[in-house]
Amino acid sequence: MTLKIIASQCTSCSACEPECPNVAISEKNGTFVIDPKKCTECLGHFDEPQCAAVCPVDNTCVIDNSYPRYQPPA
Amino acid sequence: MDASVQHEQATIPDGDKLSSVMQTIAEHKGCGTSGGSGKASCGSGAGENDLPPEIWEKVKNHPCYSEEAHHHYARMHVAVAPACNIQCNYCNRKYDCANESRPGVVSEKLSPEQAAKKVLAVASTIPQMTVLGIAGPGDPLANPEKTFKTFELIARTAPDIKLCLSTNGLALPDHVDTIAGFNVDHVTITINMVDPEIGAKIYPWVFWKHKRYTGVEAAKLLTDRQLQGLEMLTERGILCKVNSVMIPGVNDKHLVEVNKAVKSRGAFLHNIMPLISSPEHGTVFGLTGQRGPTAQELKALQDECEGEMNMMRHCRQCRADAVGLLGEDRSAEFTTDKIMAMEVNYDIDSRKAYQEAVESERVAKVVARQEELASLAGQSSDIKLLVAVATKGSGLINEHFGHAKEFQVYELSTAGAKFVGHRRVDLYCQGGYGDEDSLETVIRAINDCHAVFVAKIGGCPKSDLQAAGIEPVDQFAHEFIEKSAIAWFKSYLDKVNSGEIQHVARGDAEIRQGALTSAA
Repeated sequence: MTLKIIASQCTSCSACEPECPNVAISEKNGTFVIDPKKCTECLGHFDEPQCAAVCPVDNTCVIDNSYPRYQPPA
Repeated sequence: MDASVQHEQATIPDGDKLSSVMQTIAEHKGCGTSGGSGKASCGSGAGENDLPPEIWEKVKNHPCYSEEAHHHYARMHVAVAPACNIQCNYCNRKYDCANESRPGVVSEKLSPEQAAKKVLAVASTIPQMTVLGIAGPGDPLANPEKTFKTFELIARTAPDIKLCLSTNGLALPDHVDTIAGFNVDHVTITINMVDPEIGAKIYPWVFWKHKRYTGVEAAKLLTDRQLQGLEMLTERGILCKVNSVMIPGVNDKHLVEVNKAVKSRGAFLHNIMPLISSPEHGTVFGLTGQRGPTAQELKALQDECEGEMNMMRHCRQCRADAVGLLGEDRSAEFTTDKIMAMEVNYDIDSRKAYQEAVESERVAKVVARQEELASLAGQSSDIKLLVAVATKGSGLINEHFGHAKEFQVYELSTAGAKFVGHRRVDLYCQGGYGDEDSLETVIRAINDCHAVFVAKIGGCPKSDLQAAGIEPVDQFAHEFIEKSAIAWFKSYLDKVNSGEIQHVARGDAEIRQGALTSAA
């Protein structure tokens, strides 16, 4: 599993980009996207996913169920 | 507060000198145009006479820090700071309409390089533009790299422009030294409460040190950081303005406490602004039907706090990409496409020459007012009343009634003419009133005024205004505002004394919630 950004709700404020410990967030076509290959849901870094915690619009940085759950390295 | 241990490394004046300056700031009162008091202030008269020279130098051409300067000098904001670290119930970042005018709203974001180009383009076109502020649309200090890069570029290419920023204060203590290092000498902090219980009703959350805090805990964190930041700035001699949003039933009475708290920490100026709240803004307060204050409620609170410190009453609550005099917005002339195509020739000398001409205009205005005021001497009357003025700037009655997008409001008494506010009357994005007659909107906005001073007015609106009990005055067209207002007031008193007219108090007026932009 990873987080994704609902593009239609993203204000492109960029607050999430520098908060991501995995440098998984970048700007594409005016809104921000999360690279599912890099996202770790902030496990091992912080108590909560940083993008969702700083996002000014509720329910915009959300769990993407189309990906399998992230497994932290043992 | 542990601020004292940190301030030694900054470049500040020696202790004795600094404390005497801070004392003078603290004792100084009345930033408005306090015409008749005979005591010049940062907002009126020559100003040099009662402010320390270093303070006067800082405020004399800053339209936001000096009411008097705002008639003559322009400012611009560059929207390089989109990210924010807190959520406020009066802000909705989703909303973006070109006709919208609220803090937090912009039409386009800029990179620091684009911002620097824009500043040069504007400064070359508008020579009275003296101040560059970063106010968002998020929080400048939640975007420190972009904010400070912008300052660095502008300080290099346009060293005569004053730099300032406006912040919610959460990250402020971490950046005070950098702010001082860039010679930013004006910082505005938005402080809506000093009681976390009240704060919890205004701020749903703050994001700090990788964690989202909510409720009272969030508000406690915010207020502690704001007050700490304010102390650190004033210790370094940086002028601080405090903005507070007046939210009736939530923090209106409490703002008196806020006023005391910020004054005791050395704030220079307090700006109490009305809440802008309308359902179509999509803010929490807009959707819950939280109302903003009426003109009378706002003025009463400002008057109550004025005994304590300088109050700002000329704030237009502008956008984070506004350009021009306060009350006008020329940002549409300087879109990224347009500025990138502009050939800019930044000529400091011609800017200086223009500003010198502005200074002589200011002196002439003050002399005219003083002369008129002398003729009021000896008059004694308890009558205090408000008048509205249509102006395009320069301290003159120089706008046609029908073209005015706003009216400036002066309080007249035997003490003279004092600027006490402004009323927006433009018709764009005017939620709730639809196609209603624009004249009725104007009358509602200046309903507490006895007269309206204009350069020109048509026959129809003239009689409608008279019917509403507001006297249209066009005999002072293109003359100085304060001088004319005092002359009119003198003849008003004469008529009252002779029994020709009876003085009757006026009602309340409405504060508009819509836009003030160049869209017209």
